[in-house]
Amino acid sequence: MTGTTKAAIRTKVRRRAGAPFAARRINLLYLPAILLFLGFTIYPLVNGFILSLSNWNGYSPSRSFIGLGNYFRLASDPVFHNTLINTFIYGFGSTILQQVLGLSLALALDRAIRGRNVARAIIYLPVLVSPVVMGTMYYLLFSYDNGGLNDIVVALGGSKIAWLSQAGTSVAIIVLVNSVQFVGISMVIYLAGLQSIPTVYYEASQLDGADAWQQFTQITVPLLRPAFATSVVLNLIGGLKLFDVIQVLTGGGPGYATNSVSTLIGKAYFDNQSAGYASAMGIVLFIIIAVLTLIFNTVLNRRRLEGL
Amino acid sequence: MTRRLGRWAIALGLLIMVVVQLVPFYVALTTSLKPRTDLSSQWLFPTSGLYLANFQTAITDGHILRAIGNSALITVVSTAIICLLGALTAYPLARRTTLGNRVVFSAIVGLIMIPPLSILVPLYSLLNQLGGINTYWGAIVIMVVTQLPLSVFLYAAFMRSLPIAIEEAATVDGASTTQTLFQVVFPMLKPVTATVIILTSVSIWNEYALSVFVLRSPDVRTIAPTISTFVASQGSNLGAAAAAALISVVPVLLAYLVLQRYFIKGMVAGAEK
Repeated sequence: MTGTTKAAIRTKVRRRAGAPFAARRINLLYLPAILLFLGFTIYPLVNGFILSLSNWNGYSPSRSFIGLGNYFRLASDPVFHNTLINTFIYGFGSTILQQVLGLSLALALDRAIRGRNVARAIIYLPVLVSPVVMGTMYYLLFSYDNGGLNDIVVALGGSKIAWLSQAGTSVAIIVLVNSVQFVGISMVIYLAGLQSIPTVYYEASQLDGADAWQQFTQITVPLLRPAFATSVVLNLIGGLKLFDVIQVLTGGGPGYATNSVSTLIGKAYFDNQSAGYASAMGIVLFIIIAVLTLIFNTVLNRRRLEGL
Repeated sequence: MTRRLGRWAIALGLLIMVVVQLVPFYVALTTSLKPRTDLSSQWLFPTSGLYLANFQTAITDGHILRAIGNSALITVVSTAIICLLGALTAYPLARRTTLGNRVVFSAIVGLIMIPPLSILVPLYSLLNQLGGINTYWGAIVIMVVTQLPLSVFLYAAFMRSLPIAIEEAATVDGASTTQTLFQVVFPMLKPVTATVIILTSVSIWNEYALSVFVLRSPDVRTIAPTISTFVASQGSNLGAAAAAALISVVPVLLAYLVLQRYFIKGMVAGAEK
């Protein structure tokens, strides 16, 4: 009873005093941002859809409406099919690899071992370096002549491997380089997750006779679900829109073999003057990422509730 | 016995991972210190003295220093705008939670999902019409609109955790809305501002996907596009490419050494959304 009256008085005071957030005009504060987004994000997104229904070449003032022509062309374009497969390999491959490596690193570095902080700092360092620069350095390592990796292969008695001029190895290397560079993000998320688990749980279960494996599966894994959800969604988005590393390591080649949708958009627009076609790819990429993000967010959040 | 073995295996695994992360930097260093004619292994440092001409090539032909200057300018200006606009935008969204404002908030956060390349064509032609290609302002507008959603999200989450009573007290004491905002609310935002600065400045400093198309002239180009064009133009001259990459890492490395604690903390805060 007293609670209600107190609340009532509080509201009255707030109204009379006119708390800064009570008046509607406070919304004016977000007007500049909204205008910026409308002009430079929403308008391009809508215009991109409109362009995707045309055969615009990117510079000529004339263009004609061709309906869903570009989308039908995408559906029957073998280059785009291959690109789409690559995009999923980059997205899901990196996500799986980063969870395995990131979680292992977090578990290893969560205990008190010597050099822990130095190890964390070094493993995290590449996250801050531009993927273009990391890619350039890895390019040296994978180069055919005088590359560090081929030096080892030759020393072991093999013959030089053209790492970056075969479709299969190139795609695998791109996944690997992207995952290793950004593994620090997953590691840090899992470390934060591990540190948020109260130690009492482990102590209590130990008294009840649980062994280390039981503690891991019954306490650690369920309570890491929020960290897992965060890390998976971040890595998935990052992998699906991959651009920088591909551009530096292979440029999408050999031929069109290692393109992601992102790199193919740049090529279609600037090299092939198919702006309408490139816009259609952009819309498809946006829909893929939006749908997968929503699906993963829903699935992982529901699981998190069940786990708790 | 198994326990000790396990501990050794973990230590070995960690050591391998640490070495893997350092190898690219090591290989870049040895390569950058050798002339093109030196075909000794990348794993070895040069035996016949250090060769510094690669660094000279990277600076004079690659314009790496100018690129660092351009990146610094674009990063500082964009980050300042993003902090200010982020806090201003987040305030009504955090404090006045009407249905309309909740929709606006979700819409802004949803913008994070848009991949930059998917709006490349319309964004490029829009900037082209406005004369924003190859200009600092064009790049700054791009950085602001792509990074602002995350900053709004972080500011709003932090503001919701602040006690309302302080703002009410300020109003009761006769402070105007502007006074409350600038003298009461903003000073409390220091921790989240540190996070926003770190996250956005790293992203902007490294941005490539859009700047490679929008910044084509060497006068305005930032680091990432400069490195990629330089590497492509050098062909087999890996030494110069390595030197350019290393020079561009120095500012990041210095910032990381000084602010390491904030970096990792900020990344966690930014990731937990």
